[in-house]
Amino acid sequence: MVSEEQLTKIRDTIARFPQKRSAVLPVLHLVQEELGWLSPQAQDYVAELLGLPPIKVHEVASFYTLFNKKPVGRYHLQVCTNIACMLRNSGEILQAIQKKLGIKPGETTADQRFSVSTVECLAACGGAPAMQVNSDYVENLSTERLTAYLAELP
Amino acid sequence: MAEQIRIISKNFEVPNAETIDVFIERGGYEGLKKALRLTVEEVVEVVKASGLRGRGGAGFPTGVKWSFMPKEPKKPHYLCCNADEGEPGTFKDRKIIETDPHSLIEGIIIGAYAIRSKLAFVYVRGEFGLGYRRLSAALEEARARGFVGQNLDGTGHDIDIILYRGAGAYICGEETALMESLEGKRGYPRPKPPFPAGYGVYGCPTTVNNVETLCTVPHIIKHGADWYRSMGTKASPGTTLFGVSGHVNRPGLYELPLGTPLREIIYEHAGGVPGGRKIKGVIPGGSSTPILTAEMLDTPMDHDGLRTVSSLFGTGAIIVMDETTDIVAVTRRIAEFYHHESCGQCTPCREGSGWIPQILRRIEAGQGRMEDLDLLLSICANMEGRTICPFGDAAAWPIRYNISRFRADFEERIRRGSGLPDPGPVPGVLGGRRADLIPVQVSA
Repeated sequence: MVSEEQLTKIRDTIARFPQKRSAVLPVLHLVQEELGWLSPQAQDYVAELLGLPPIKVHEVASFYTLFNKKPVGRYHLQVCTNIACMLRNSGEILQAIQKKLGIKPGETTADQRFSVSTVECLAACGGAPAMQVNSDYVENLSTERLTAYLAELP
Repeated sequence: MAEQIRIISKNFEVPNAETIDVFIERGGYEGLKKALRLTVEEVVEVVKASGLRGRGGAGFPTGVKWSFMPKEPKKPHYLCCNADEGEPGTFKDRKIIETDPHSLIEGIIIGAYAIRSKLAFVYVRGEFGLGYRRLSAALEEARARGFVGQNLDGTGHDIDIILYRGAGAYICGEETALMESLEGKRGYPRPKPPFPAGYGVYGCPTTVNNVETLCTVPHIIKHGADWYRSMGTKASPGTTLFGVSGHVNRPGLYELPLGTPLREIIYEHAGGVPGGRKIKGVIPGGSSTPILTAEMLDTPMDHDGLRTVSSLFGTGAIIVMDETTDIVAVTRRIAEFYHHESCGQCTPCREGSGWIPQILRRIEAGQGRMEDLDLLLSICANMEGRTICPFGDAAAWPIRYNISRFRADFEERIRRGSGLPDPGPVPGVLGGRRADLIPVQVSA
């Protein structure tokens, strides 16, 4: 299901922990890193790698929001709407993204390029309003900066 | 104006401070070298004497916490560094991890040594992509120089560090939920007792310390308890990173002595409120801590000072709201956060955290009833103290204090109605944590 290179990383990770089950989250991360999301089959695969009953992996995958249970676009725009960002107009940023891309939070564009989500506090309150795009932060957003940022994405 | 003090933040503006050479050039790893040549008891004693209190929110004295660990290990001991920063308004640990990862590694090794642990875990918030990469790189550098791993700095002590990435669950910042997560499970807090010092990760004695707390330790080892106590107040010594956000001209982190008045932090350091507007309210220590009114701005920002205004120090995360702020909307937004993040284990919290935003949305939409306010307070009373972990309290307090301190705003909204259509639930924060199980539509 994953490349040989990723499988090596997974094996190294499993070996690092005093107890194998600790590797559930790290291995889910590694599988998602390569596949982009965690299908039920991918979760079963992780269970197999760790020698765990599939439910032990499903219950973890379903609990944590960073594990994608459905496919996401190439760029996953995660806009913080929590209080510090809200006070600095994250609502406008979210509106601008929706208008520009024509999708609502929880949706993906038809070309699979963008997904949009609203997220809870990103610990970027000093640079509010902020969003996370895949694993990178974009802070001190304005609608102008947002437009420029989106235009520059490869 | 009082100058900022640069202790924990001394490398924040220094280029390439995340690399080991720059870090060492600026005095890094000296605390570690000194600590490893003291006895465990001596390290614990100096930190106890310094009066350092945990910076993760509860403010428990760090040295005292360490002294709870068994003196003669029968099982492995573990140190967990809580880097799962997520309390709304808080952004200090992320800055430390990204710009000064070696200072955290240094603090972790000393902390592990102080509790007779040979293995430490860093539970890094899953969102911190850059932080995780910086910390991973720093760990390799430190290992290569003999500050992590075996025979540390030639002293014969062995301590290793494992990085662990969280995956987006605020509750994992609660120490027992963190340990569950580290064991590869859902982040469900454990009942206490047993306490982590007796039964923690893998059932072994464990101590959980916050990032900023651990980063402070090397400085205390290096300069001594008296030096540390020369700053701050008697009951809350030293400096801390105040994070100021919301309606201020210069949002950011300011390292200042504990006990600095809130007014000074907002007006002198963070540049005051844009447009010269007045302050309506201030959340002093992250979204769980009771809101302060404009009359409380002279409160000294330390544990005792905030208690005099029935609030809490929390994480020193100051969220400023000017006179134009809609307190009803702010309260609703905070309530939605706690609903989304409730782990769902305890009925009062799971159900209460869901009812609160529903009622608040009704009020915000102008459909509220006067008795809704007492209904909200009654839900709060049924959550407070009735759950396994402090999350229930943390979810209830902002609601209780926002209503009690700004009741006129809520009543006014109910009386006039908004005239606006019902906004409905905010997208993405609809169904709490279990909403993940509901498939979300992908547009065609």
